[in-house]
Amino acid sequence: MLLKRLIVCLDVRNGRVTKGVKFKGNIDVGDPVEMAARYCEEGADEMVFYDITASAEHRRCDLEMVARAARALTIPFTVGGGIRGVEDMRAALLAGADKVSLNSLAVEKPEILADGARAFGRQCVVLGMDAKRVGVSAAIPSGYEVVIRGGREPTGRDAVAWAKEAVALGAGEICLNAIDTDGVREGYELEITRQVSEAVKVPVIASGGAGAPQHLVEVLTAGKADAALVASMVHTMGYTCQGIKQALRAAAIPVR
Amino acid sequence: MVTILDYGAGNLTSVCLAFERLGVQPRVITEAAQFGGGRLVFPGVGSAGSGMAGVRARGFDALLAQQVARGVPVLGICLGMQLLLDTSAEDGGTAGLGLIPGTCVGFEPAKDPEAKIPHMGWNTLDHMAHPLFANIAQGEAFYFVHSYFAKPAREADILGRTDYCGERFAAVIGHGSLVATQFHPERSGRAGEQLLRNFLAWEA
Repeated sequence: MLLKRLIVCLDVRNGRVTKGVKFKGNIDVGDPVEMAARYCEEGADEMVFYDITASAEHRRCDLEMVARAARALTIPFTVGGGIRGVEDMRAALLAGADKVSLNSLAVEKPEILADGARAFGRQCVVLGMDAKRVGVSAAIPSGYEVVIRGGREPTGRDAVAWAKEAVALGAGEICLNAIDTDGVREGYELEITRQVSEAVKVPVIASGGAGAPQHLVEVLTAGKADAALVASMVHTMGYTCQGIKQALRAAAIPVR
Repeated sequence: MVTILDYGAGNLTSVCLAFERLGVQPRVITEAAQFGGGRLVFPGVGSAGSGMAGVRARGFDALLAQQVARGVPVLGICLGMQLLLDTSAEDGGTAGLGLIPGTCVGFEPAKDPEAKIPHMGWNTLDHMAHPLFANIAQGEAFYFVHSYFAKPAREADILGRTDYCGERFAAVIGHGSLVATQFHPERSGRAGEQLLRNFLAWEA
């Protein structure tokens, strides 16, 4: 039986995992690869590294970190941030990444999805998509609009329509981050997750809003997600991957 | 000694690193003439047509047949498994190596409208008794990424099965000194690591 996946996300700034603290900026939480290796041992099914500063500074993702991660991890991992084209994808994959996540770049240059799928296979190409609740309209029939640049820039595009288009172009998986619930820890945005998952024939990873194991249960059942992504739950809130999986198992969700 | 065959089908970084974690420095070769002995690993991702062309161009078809005949342990992974069969339906029909009788066919979406293709993620394995599965529990999960699957002609060549998209397909096949997995042991956590360790210890 295909199992539901628990994916841990690490936001990397200048080579370190940091955490935003109100009025104090970011505090250092640890080394991304050491943290990832620990989550891997604890039972995470997959890891995602977002190189936040690389994309903000328009430089390539940290390949040295990717190579260290490939050496340390026995599970698949995705890198995002600082991917500017097919050559950057190639470099990240050769350094040992299993998949590359494309977000703003895919909106601006959708052909990167097709080029990446042709060059490396669609299983390597993850569409990262930030969706914002805007209400149903003629232009946005799903009620959720795609936003880019970390949520700062609206695109006028419907999230479900973009998901379908991206899959037709070459995306092999979609990581759907709900901007409204991201960081709020009160649960994933079930409505858009379900809509996207029903609209495409590739796996959908739900992101944004996890604060308790019950939230993962909800998004993996009612939200129809194939995988759930967590960050602060395991980084700072005291949950473990094992504990979350026990809760999923207790809710009759098949996990590793 | 472990020799990994590089025939241009996908990158081999994660396979090499998985063996390095087990304390083995594998040798990667790009031509049959470079082979200097040891057990063989035949990995690969991508499509059957271009994969087979790469295998032939580098003389790996003859090398694999010769080493299997000598009883040298060989591990196929993913596309490397699919190319061991007689034919694949991929790319309008591709002739394989014919080292294990059978064919390779695609999942049929009509058999399970809910199933997403490619089959991607962790799925459970029910395995037969074989040294490759020492210390691996029944129902252990492994990491898969594929759209086609093996259909060996001989039941005895099926060493493990997995359920997906209305099929109970052959996730591990083998015959004599040849074993092959549809999943990626190099990306399957501790269970995958154990399987690779078992392959290294196996006296076929």
